[in-house]
Amino acid sequence: MANILDIRRRIRSVVNTRQITKAMKTVSAAKLRRAQEGAMAARPYSQMLTNVLKSLVSRADIYDPVTGEPRHPLLAEREEKSVLLIVVTGDKGLAGAFNTNILKLVSKFIQSKPDENIDVECIGRKGRDFMRRRYPVVAEKPSIEVAVNGETGVPPASQDAEVASKRAGRVQITGEYVGVLGKVDHNFANTLSENIIARYCRGEIDAVYILFNEFKSVIAQRLVAERLLPIKEIGEVDIQMAEEASLEERKQRIEAAKTAGVGMRPPDTSAADEAAAKFATMPVDYIYEQPPQQLFEGILPKYVGIQIFHALLESVAAEHAARMTAMDAATSNASDMIDSLTLIMNRARQAKITKEIIEIVSGAAAQ
Amino acid sequence: MSNTFQLEIVTPSRLLVKDAAEEAQIPGLSGYLGILPGHAPLITELAVGMITYKASGATHRLSVAWGFMEVLPDKVTILAEAAEHPNEIDVERAQKAKDRAEQRLKSGDAQVDYPRAEDALQRAETRLNVAKEK
Repeated sequence: MANILDIRRRIRSVVNTRQITKAMKTVSAAKLRRAQEGAMAARPYSQMLTNVLKSLVSRADIYDPVTGEPRHPLLAEREEKSVLLIVVTGDKGLAGAFNTNILKLVSKFIQSKPDENIDVECIGRKGRDFMRRRYPVVAEKPSIEVAVNGETGVPPASQDAEVASKRAGRVQITGEYVGVLGKVDHNFANTLSENIIARYCRGEIDAVYILFNEFKSVIAQRLVAERLLPIKEIGEVDIQMAEEASLEERKQRIEAAKTAGVGMRPPDTSAADEAAAKFATMPVDYIYEQPPQQLFEGILPKYVGIQIFHALLESVAAEHAARMTAMDAATSNASDMIDSLTLIMNRARQAKITKEIIEIVSGAAAQ
Repeated sequence: MSNTFQLEIVTPSRLLVKDAAEEAQIPGLSGYLGILPGHAPLITELAVGMITYKASGATHRLSVAWGFMEVLPDKVTILAEAAEHPNEIDVERAQKAKDRAEQRLKSGDAQVDYPRAEDALQRAETRLNVAKEK
């Protein structure tokens, strides 16, 4: 029989742990709410940008009238010999299987392309650590200096051309960004996309994929590998690989969201979307200050940037949701443990008392 | 026709301005545009510069760096990559950015990406100007 004091000590420790996990859950719920708001606020801009592009497609002659081939390099498909994969994970752990699941899909993705060269850009510490253990890092990558107001001190990636000729391995890491997820910054996404587009246009990579945890609402989440480049159709996401969450996971999420008071339905965006849909698509004869072609070419790279930005926002929201769920499960596990330990302790105490009584009684009887 | 139009400025992170404006001056790529209610429909790219608009008598200023604008007779929508109110501008940062860009332009180093440095300089100067006119 275990010592009562020991059990009591253990109960106290579990109670403390429960307090911590409970606090972490509350914090994650608050962060999740903020992340959701951020994603909402970013919606009008991306919607409008997409709409302008769509309406420009018809006016800008981006497709060759004879062959039907797109004239813009970002739209043209070519044979995939080397691809770039952007992996978005979290910077921190304690979020259940959030990071593990993403990295599992990464491995799957890499296996599904056995003949292609793969460059990997890691966003988030967890993914970077995982990839580093497996694949070589290409040295001397200009790091992105994240700035808030539009100034980024990034030198143009001039050494990339050499890098392409001497690869460190079939799969190699060409960039890693840690600590950018705390406050997702549109500038960072834009700088990254400019860098990628430059490499794409130089022909170092033939396709760009981004692998992240899609987050529509607490329930509607899945892991996706989305193709960013070449752009197949503007306004459509080009999903190459997706993994839905299991029923079990979904149940847990609902449970966690309920107790944390986080809305489970995706917020209603129809009004905002409708307003955004009107942007630059009115059936009137617009004066174009610049030729549509030029406008189109100016906006298209921004479109890629905004897609990366969105992926980051969703991933951050998903990470907080995952942490909230994990902490909710941990809290209820701790409660269960406390219950069973209390039971054991009571039993031990009872046994001790009984033993003492027997000792006294038998002692008295012996006299 | 009413004598105001709806002005909306949207940035990637939020809806920055939603106001009924009487007139606006906007830095188009090929020069500043003055917009009054009832303007013909127009689409243009924006340059780096200062947006000035009048709403209920008061004049407001904002700095903007790359964007895109749609003008309709009763509504103007601006998609701005980066836009700030004067009181949001970090003057010290802008000053530093300006100094850095100037240094890079003066250095005569072949490694310097001139268009980029010029861009940065222009952005910084616009920010400083806007901040001054608070």
